[in-house]
Amino acid sequence: MTFRRYLVLGVITITASCGDTFLSRGMKSLGPVSLAHPTALIHAIFSPWVASGIVLLIGFFASYLTALSWADLTYVLPASSLGYVIMTLLARFWLHEKVSPLRWLGVVFITAGVGFVTRGPSYTDHGSHTAPVRAEGLATVEPAIEEVRQ
Amino acid sequence: MTHPNAILVTAAMIGSIVLWATAGDILTASAMRQLGDLDVIRERSGIWGAAVAVVTNGRFGLGVVCLALSFFSLLFAFSHRDLSLIGPAATSLTFVTNALSARFFLHENVDHRRWTAAIFVCVGVALLAF
Repeated sequence: MTFRRYLVLGVITITASCGDTFLSRGMKSLGPVSLAHPTALIHAIFSPWVASGIVLLIGFFASYLTALSWADLTYVLPASSLGYVIMTLLARFWLHEKVSPLRWLGVVFITAGVGFVTRGPSYTDHGSHTAPVRAEGLATVEPAIEEVRQ
Repeated sequence: MTHPNAILVTAAMIGSIVLWATAGDILTASAMRQLGDLDVIRERSGIWGAAVAVVTNGRFGLGVVCLALSFFSLLFAFSHRDLSLIGPAATSLTFVTNALSARFFLHENVDHRRWTAAIFVCVGVALLAF
């Protein structure tokens, strides 16, 4: 894992949590939307908070797909779940919502889970499908093998 | 006392969300694995080349359909049951079903470290409901 790849995981975490929080902030400021008036939802898309939330969630999906192209699903999902922690912090300190002790315990569990997974390898090597990663690995190992041969 | 049928209906709604979400995640991850490193594709064909490679992949399209079905199942469930029950239950269960499915369908190396992480995150997300 390079610094750039950790940065992509960071972008997933921040865009997902901020995107959801922006949507929540925007929808709360608009008030309840009745199913009898679905056009209100279209109007909501053009409000600044909801529009910003949608842009952030598009950024989340793009960086999530990028991460899946060089890391396992079982690595990306827990590693990017720090977003729930950020979302709880934003809910508490920005939206001024009440956060119960059990929710803080949940934050501790999630943080521990992220700690476990990020200390391990990010990708399972399957041969032909992992060409870019394998090439990167060989580029590091091959000069050393050549040196030993000489 | 909650009627047994109501429990079954709730379980079916959560099951439907989890099933479609897991299928969507597995198909999307499989599509990305099939395409290879997106950074390499972007260097070779530019950002639009990478976007076209992703969007024209059949597994990716199928994955997006499954994720959309999961989203609509979620909306349907929200209209019948509480957000505080459906949201955390579906999200946390999806972590476990994704780990199982990634092991069997994507042949990922889900070792004890990843299992521990999946279970910790699953419990953590469930606790966020309280």
